Amino acid sequence: MESPLLHLALVGTPNSGKTSLFNALTGSRQKVANYPGVTVERKEGAFVTPQGRQVSLVDLPGTYSLRGRSPDEEITRDFVLGRATGEVLPDLVLCVADSTNLRLTIRLLLELKSTGRPLALVLNMFDIAKRRGVTVDVAALSQALGVPVVTSIAVRKGGTDDLLQLTDQLLSQADAAAGDRANTWRPLTVPELRATQREADRIIAATVSLPERPDTWTARIDAVALHPVGGLFILLAILFVMFQAVFAWAQPLMQLLSAAFDALGGLVHDQLPEGLLQSFLQNGVISGVGSVIVFLPQIIIIFLFILLLEDFGYMARAAFLMDRIMGGAGLHGRAFIPLLSSFACAIPGIMATRVIDNRRDRLTTILIAPLMTCSARIPVYTLIISAFIPPTKVWGLVNLQGLVMFGLYAAGIVSALLVSFLVKFFLMRDYQPAPFMLELPDYKMPRLRGIAIGVYTRAKMFLQRAGTTIFAMMVLIWFLASFPQPPEGATEPAINYSLAAMIGQAIAPLLTPVGFNWQIAVALVPGMAAREVAVAALGTVYAIEGGKEAAEQIGQVLASKWSLATALALLAWYIFAPQCASTLAVIRRETGSWRWMAVTFVYMFALAYAAAFATYHIAVAMGAG
Amino acid sequence: MSEICETRPPLPLGLARRGYTGTIQHLAAGGTTSSLPDVELESRLIELGFVEGARVEILHEGIVGRDPIAVRVDNITVAVRRREAMAVIVA
Repeated sequence: MESPLLHLALVGTPNSGKTSLFNALTGSRQKVANYPGVTVERKEGAFVTPQGRQVSLVDLPGTYSLRGRSPDEEITRDFVLGRATGEVLPDLVLCVADSTNLRLTIRLLLELKSTGRPLALVLNMFDIAKRRGVTVDVAALSQALGVPVVTSIAVRKGGTDDLLQLTDQLLSQADAAAGDRANTWRPLTVPELRATQREADRIIAATVSLPERPDTWTARIDAVALHPVGGLFILLAILFVMFQAVFAWAQPLMQLLSAAFDALGGLVHDQLPEGLLQSFLQNGVISGVGSVIVFLPQIIIIFLFILLLEDFGYMARAAFLMDRIMGGAGLHGRAFIPLLSSFACAIPGIMATRVIDNRRDRLTTILIAPLMTCSARIPVYTLIISAFIPPTKVWGLVNLQGLVMFGLYAAGIVSALLVSFLVKFFLMRDYQPAPFMLELPDYKMPRLRGIAIGVYTRAKMFLQRAGTTIFAMMVLIWFLASFPQPPEGATEPAINYSLAAMIGQAIAPLLTPVGFNWQIAVALVPGMAAREVAVAALGTVYAIEGGKEAAEQIGQVLASKWSLATALALLAWYIFAPQCASTLAVIRRETGSWRWMAVTFVYMFALAYAAAFATYHIAVAMGAG
Repeated sequence: MSEICETRPPLPLGLARRGYTGTIQHLAAGGTTSSLPDVELESRLIELGFVEGARVEILHEGIVGRDPIAVRVDNITVAVRRREAMAVIVA
């Protein structure tokens, strides 16, 4: 007979190795989703105990107490207390501790005891503790705490055997003793908090012996990695390698994917009769979704780096080094890596903001992430720069084209900092800024299995998104660009008869003040799919065969049809333009609200308009009209 | 070492320099410019192990205004801004 599904929850402080234990127990049988209404990641997995019990395991957000000072911590508290909507009260709570660092976890465990839930303490990373000379009298600790204690080595095969055995044993007791103990938990006052920490310290003093010296490796690495100057250089070097990887290593894979989608599109084109279905599949579905999926290699590489650095223990150090530098603009130190990832693509950048636990800091970061010059803007920039900016040397050494490109990147960064600064002072004045208080964990060898699982779940999440929200957007944009169909014997390109053209024509008067003609307005509509699509769209509008491949040709045509002022205005527009439906869709998903998506769209649109307007008129005044 | 500590005048951890070692005397959340309410600040500090009697050492300082600081609190390392560290009175 199959036993009923049992529910277990993992609770622990940040850096307690909770996630590696979760990975060890559940393997790749994991589901990552959001808790309803909040942006907190909900990780659930399944496993079967040696005695055949089916267990569903939830990895709760790391916390130092049950006070619930952030949305993440509220989830942990509500889950343990059975107050979380749509969740069942866990049959057993496993409190996970880093064996080398028990103080904070033991205090948390003493607080957890008052919830009345069946509880066990897992001394994780027991091998590392032993090697460092930490000895724990497990039996005495269990007796002093009044809860079962088990050791585990999440990263070693068989390292969780004891834990599994104990789980079986406790679950059979939990069945019998269910409802025995009442929940007496309430928020602790400061004196109570202090008293529990004292109690925890007393228990540790009686049952654990600590080595004299701290981890020498961590101290040695930190002497360099946290050096005020040297540390920043190391951070820069790591970033350089990361950038290199994202742009250089991902390139062949991206070209391969792009070619595969083109080939698939071509196949559909050849197999199906000319008509709507053919156009829908080739231009709407395959090239639309394909233009987003080509970013998968970049997303995998970015998350590989992020997870490696996080696992190694470096992320907290990067936040430490960047905290004051970013703080000037009202950003949290932890916003650094997400913003950096946004240079590749805002989508992984926005997804990576999950490392920021404060909601306000996270929202600010999400709002400004699309201002970082993503790789999709590069084709547009390159096209316009090579068509309009002469490759002359400035001051004898710098290429003017390169200088303009650099200027565009710098403009993005500067405006992002400005926006963050303004958000801090106007939008979120009453919101409590998070102080920077963060444990700097000891360095650890990254565990490849855990990282592989992490990258895999993120890639899956991205693909699911590409398959749902983004797909829907692509279909809409295809529809706009294809309907109504051109009349019989039409001489102009088909897009000129479509809804996109009507929208373009309709908004063209609005864009005249910034120097855009109606052709640009029309190209901006399919450009909503992904920024670089605008290049192909311009080609289509000016009836040039070959789309993206004919970039040079498009450039020549543009140079003859646009003024320099128009070209510069379009560049300025593109620094800010909210022209990427997928980014907006991700913002909607990650913030859980249409409101923030709308805020992002409106503010970026306003900035784009203002920047293009100013650029156009200054350029005209200087004689470039 | 404890004798040395007792003869020194107490000072807020937020003013100490790199290399400083001492023992926590008490927490005084009232006198800081932290954006957190006093009770919240004190709770968070305790949750990170800043309790009376804990040994502290300032291991590292940031580049801008020597802020934030990395503090060894007994056997863990914690990063805090000096503004919040003002609540920890050490000697």
